Amino acid sequence: MNPINEVKLEFISKSSNEAFARVVAAAFVSQIDPNLEELADVKTAVSEAVTNAIIHGYENSSGIVKMECKLYTNAVEITVIDEGKGIEDIEQARQPMYTSRPEMERSGMGFTVMENFMDKVEVVSEAGKGTTVKMYKVFKSVGN
Amino acid sequence: MNLKLTNRGTTLIAAITGELDHHSAEHIIQKLDAEIMKSTTKNLIMDFSKVNFMDSSGIGVVIGRYKKIQRLNGKLFITGINDKISRIFNISGLLKLVPACENIDDAINKM
Repeated sequence: MNPINEVKLEFISKSSNEAFARVVAAAFVSQIDPNLEELADVKTAVSEAVTNAIIHGYENSSGIVKMECKLYTNAVEITVIDEGKGIEDIEQARQPMYTSRPEMERSGMGFTVMENFMDKVEVVSEAGKGTTVKMYKVFKSVGN
Repeated sequence: MNLKLTNRGTTLIAAITGELDHHSAEHIIQKLDAEIMKSTTKNLIMDFSKVNFMDSSGIGVVIGRYKKIQRLNGKLFITGINDKISRIFNISGLLKLVPACENIDDAINKM
C-alpha cells in the first residue's frame, strides 16, 4: 500500500524541539481526521521517541534528529532516526523501568509508552551508529 | 509550562500548568526541589488539573519527588489527573505508590 502523503523533518537535538516534533506529527496526521484521543497517542509516542534520541542517542550533545511520517488512508508510520550512540542491548532497553540514565530521574518507561500508544514499534540500532525507531498506528475512528 | 507553588501549613502545593515533557521537567524539578529543601515543607501535593500534555517524563518527576518526601516522613498526593495522564501513570504502576485525589481539598483532608 502506498502512502497518500509524506513529510520529512530534520532538527537539532535540543529539548525544546520535543514539543515542536510532536506538534508537527499531530498536525500532519490531522489530515485524515483521527479523533482527539488517537492524536494524543501519536503526540505522546513521538515525544518519547524524540526524547530518547536527544537524551540517549546524542546524550544531550548536538546532533541531528530526523522524523519521517508516512500517512495512509487510515494509518500513520512515523520513523525517528538519530545517528548517535546506538543501543547495545535493544531487548534490555525495551524492558519497562529500565533506564541507562537513572541519575536523570528517567522512569525507563519510554518504549513501554510507545508500545502502549501505537500498534507496532520496531527498533533498529547499532552501537556507535545510531538508532531508528519505527512506529505504526491504525486509526480506528477513520474509515477505510 | 508554569509551576505555581503555595503553602498550606507544612504542605506544599505544586500546580503544574501546560506541557510536562523532558524539556519542562528539568525546570519543574529544579524549582520544586528548592522549595522542598526548605524546613517548612513536609508533605507535597502535585496538581495536574492544568496539564494539557504529559509523557513518561511525568513519571520520573513524581517518583523523584516521592523519594524526597519519604525521606522527610511526609506524604505525597497527586490531584486532578485526567484519563490521558492516568493512563501513563497506570502503565508504570505509579498509582499503587502515590495516591491520586480528585482535587487539592480532598488531598489536604487526607493528609
